[in-house]
Amino acid sequence: MRPELIKEVTYVPYSGNMAAAEAMRQINPDVVAAYPITPQTELMQFFADFVANGLVDSEYIPVESEHSAMSACVGAAAAGSRAMTATAGPGLAYMWEVLGIASGMRLPIVMTVVNRALSAPINIHGDQSDMMGARDQGWIMLFSENAEEQYDNLIQAIRIAEDERTRLPVMVGMDGFVISHAIERVRLLPDRAVEEFVGELKPMYPLLDVDNPVTHGAVAMTDSYMEFKRQQREAMTNAYKVIKEVGEAFEEAFGRKYEHIETYKTEDADYILVITGSAAGTAKYVVDKLREEKSIKAGLIKIRTFRPFPYNDVMDAIEASNCKAIGIFDRAETFGGASGPLFEEVATTQYLRRKYYPMTGFIYGLGGRDTNVNHIEEAIDKLMRLAAGEEIPLVNYLNLKE
Amino acid sequence: MNIPMEKIIEKKPYFKYLRLDKMPTIWCPGCGIGQAFRATCMALHDLGIDNDQVAMVSGIGCSSRTPGYFDGFTLHTTHGRALAFATGLKLAKPELTTIVFSGDGDSLAIGGNHFIHAARRNIDITLVLINNWIYGMTGGQVSPTTPKGSYATTTPYGNYEPNFDIAKMAIAAGATYVARGTAYHATELSKLIADGIKHKGFSLIEVLSPCTIIYGRKNRMSIEEMYFWFKGNTLSVKAWEKLPEEKRAGKIPRGLLHHDTSRPEYTEVYWNQVKALSGGQK
Ligand SMILES: Cc1ncc(C[n+]2csc(CCOP(=O)(O)OP(=O)(O)O)c2C)c(N)n1
Ligand code: SF4
Ligand SMILES: [Mg+2]
Repeated sequence: MRPELIKEVTYVPYSGNMAAAEAMRQINPDVVAAYPITPQTELMQFFADFVANGLVDSEYIPVESEHSAMSACVGAAAAGSRAMTATAGPGLAYMWEVLGIASGMRLPIVMTVVNRALSAPINIHGDQSDMMGARDQGWIMLFSENAEEQYDNLIQAIRIAEDERTRLPVMVGMDGFVISHAIERVRLLPDRAVEEFVGELKPMYPLLDVDNPVTHGAVAMTDSYMEFKRQQREAMTNAYKVIKEVGEAFEEAFGRKYEHIETYKTEDADYILVITGSAAGTAKYVVDKLREEKSIKAGLIKIRTFRPFPYNDVMDAIEASNCKAIGIFDRAETFGGASGPLFEEVATTQYLRRKYYPMTGFIYGLGGRDTNVNHIEEAIDKLMRLAAGEEIPLVNYLNLKE
Repeated sequence: MNIPMEKIIEKKPYFKYLRLDKMPTIWCPGCGIGQAFRATCMALHDLGIDNDQVAMVSGIGCSSRTPGYFDGFTLHTTHGRALAFATGLKLAKPELTTIVFSGDGDSLAIGGNHFIHAARRNIDITLVLINNWIYGMTGGQVSPTTPKGSYATTTPYGNYEPNFDIAKMAIAAGATYVARGTAYHATELSKLIADGIKHKGFSLIEVLSPCTIIYGRKNRMSIEEMYFWFKGNTLSVKAWEKLPEEKRAGKIPRGLLHHDTSRPEYTEVYWNQVKALSGGQK
């Protein structure tokens, strides 16, 4: 935190949903379209209150489904306005068709995803299957560890999305209930500072520019479709730089550091944990505990940017450590894959550097299943055995009743 | 006090359709969904339909929790899609009495298109649609049936959107049995549902049902007031028809609104075509 800002910052007890709604109030988007779904409902209700009480200038559309919510955002963004929404689990699944339209049309829409399990069986609790399922739809993906990060990430996401080098939609995930509904300390930035930071949207090829008519989302057959997709890869590659730059600008403005990954005590670590989302907080506690109680040197890499995946950052951190084994924590499945979706990314990082470290995967927290200190300790114990040469399967479940 | 189940079933025959181990239900005190569920079970009892002759399908919502408490074949699906799932089920097993329990949001907002297509096809499904004027389960957002001026969490200064007339929409889309009952008029409701089940074709029974905890609280109506509202503001179709045009405003007709036996039922049409094309082999 920049010292001169400290007086201007408001310390509030906020849930992740409140923090995300507050960020949206300060961003003051032109259009917000949303459909309620647990655990996102509350977020949109807070925002609806802001609209009703005249605290934002946003047009707020309570649409009849998530498919319509994303469609309305696409329409609004194509027209040249700043559009935002939020959803969760099955809502994101139902948006799927339109997600690719948003990214294919290169529209800088920003959305909170309150990470929730997918059906069946029906479950309203937190896991990251929703965003992992939407992985290849061309969105930039960030994950938050707590309410304040969700707030900060949303503010940064506007600049990341709207940068002319990217022009890609961004989704920012926070674990359902554990972040969305738990009250924590959040340091709110002054309204004006956020307004200045996000700046004005510079529309590109807006539909409302009637002097320069354009068409969006038109047919592109075998002769041109592939070139569009090639450009999306380019934009995603650029996004790696842009996210970094926006993180630096954010740190410069507000003194809160944001990088693609966060490392926690990895420098001298023998065992590296890789985690996204709220469980990173528990893992940090376990890292400290084991160092203190048993002199076990574990360290944590928290993935903030999942798309574009920060291969170099992850590998730099691993190579700079004492790594003897890596444990990857996945709060989602990719059935039939070697292990979870995050596991596959970390495996790829090693290939890219022609390196090999023993690795194993831990599937945890599906459908909101608790993951506490003991479970992470149990995982580290397995990592130690793996480092010592024992055979450990690639898929290990934490806190499973078996 | 342990009363044997046979004794209870003697007095309350609908108990045989319940999964008692799943009680108590999730429904709030005074909620009308329980009444509609009871009326449905009574209808099945009156028609002599056994548990294992029924498939009950639902989407998501308070009203859609019903199959969880029903001791028959039940399928709890995704928000808005119950009728689509039920269409598949009915085509594969036409002999099952297929009942869909749904809400105003489920059937008319996110799942609106399945509603009109089920009616258009005239498939033999009985849709019990709990119209509580709100998204109950997610805490009270405006729905396509929320009356103008009513309060919801997303309309803190009153709803400004026009609302659907469910029955008219079903009739226009081709439903062949359309009725409206309320959670207050329980016996009548049971009869309407029974006739809907008996009818071969798409049957819609709209149930005006109080969402006591959310809609009631938002609109400052007590449980009693909500039930008495149904009593005071609805009237039988016969009485409605006698009412001069200018006195109809604000009143809602109750009972059988539309019954058409002239249109063929969808699964029959479908299987007849299959028979014809396969030379009677299938
Ligand atoms: C795809 C999807 N979007 C949103 C939801 C969240 N959701 C669950 S129930 C519901 C509304 C239910 O309203 P209604 O159908 O009227 O049923 P009620 O609870 O009032 O009986 C919503 C929006 C969901 N489960 N799935
Ligand atoms: S929220 Fe409303 S509809 Fe849902 S159970 Fe409670 S009273 Fe019934
Ligand atoms: Mg409802």
